[in-house]
Amino acid sequence: MAAIVTISAICVIAAKNPVHSVLWLILSFFTSAGLMVLIGAEFLAMLLVVVYVGAVAVLFLFVVMMLDVDFVELKQGFLSYLPFGALIGLAFIAEIALATFARGTSAESFNPHPGAENNVEAIGQVMYTEYLLLFQLSGLILLVAMIGAIVLTLQHRPHVKRQSVAHQTQRRRSDAIRRVDVKSGEGL
Amino acid sequence: MDITINHFLAVSAVLFTTGVVGIFVNRKNIIVILMALELILLSVNINLVAFSVFTGTITGQIFAMLVLTVAAAEAAVGLAILVVYFRNRGDIAVESVDLMKG
Repeated sequence: MAAIVTISAICVIAAKNPVHSVLWLILSFFTSAGLMVLIGAEFLAMLLVVVYVGAVAVLFLFVVMMLDVDFVELKQGFLSYLPFGALIGLAFIAEIALATFARGTSAESFNPHPGAENNVEAIGQVMYTEYLLLFQLSGLILLVAMIGAIVLTLQHRPHVKRQSVAHQTQRRRSDAIRRVDVKSGEGL
Repeated sequence: MDITINHFLAVSAVLFTTGVVGIFVNRKNIIVILMALELILLSVNINLVAFSVFTGTITGQIFAMLVLTVAAAEAAVGLAILVVYFRNRGDIAVESVDLMKG
């Protein structure tokens, strides 16, 4: 499972077509959710599937397909950046390895659901009590993001006719009807 | 073989490094840069959940959920900015985003 995560993550950044990139991203999200199920964090795993695979990846797919960009041109320079990127990557992995394995492992008490029957219950017990403020704040962040995205992408076209309900209901009989005296034998 | 926290940390480290390298090698394609950013946040989530489970505290999972929220918000706003930029300029090459340079 970890191998699948790693390989698909590498494919995300190496794929030629961004659509394939998004699909690899979905695979890596799914397998990460699988990893979380394996160690007992079921709630987070399901959240990962719902939020990442259901929302974020689909958003990416929408944007990739909506923007008609010449992606082959964007791919130029991949190889010239590769040595530099590999250098940065090696430095990072060496640093992380040093930090992780120099100290060794501490005592472990494997428990995915402390103080409760299962994982969801354990999260639910603290989520709305201890972490209420954080929970509300995350909701606020989502609200701001939603409004921001809508404000950014909404556009008003000038020549589109729209229905104005207030204007319609304020319309009186005198505005619409005009009485004309028509003489017989003649038109208007 | 017993699965310890080190295995999860290793996967997370590899994922994080992949994300960072992805930002560097795909400098011209901002969509892939955003995807690499998602990979980095995913690795952070794996790290938090692994520590939370292996130390027997639930706080890490709450925190992972908040990271998830921020990641979703960031993706939405980033892609919205991208769409607006594409609508105005007609391309999304990273090099041409220097209009604010004096």
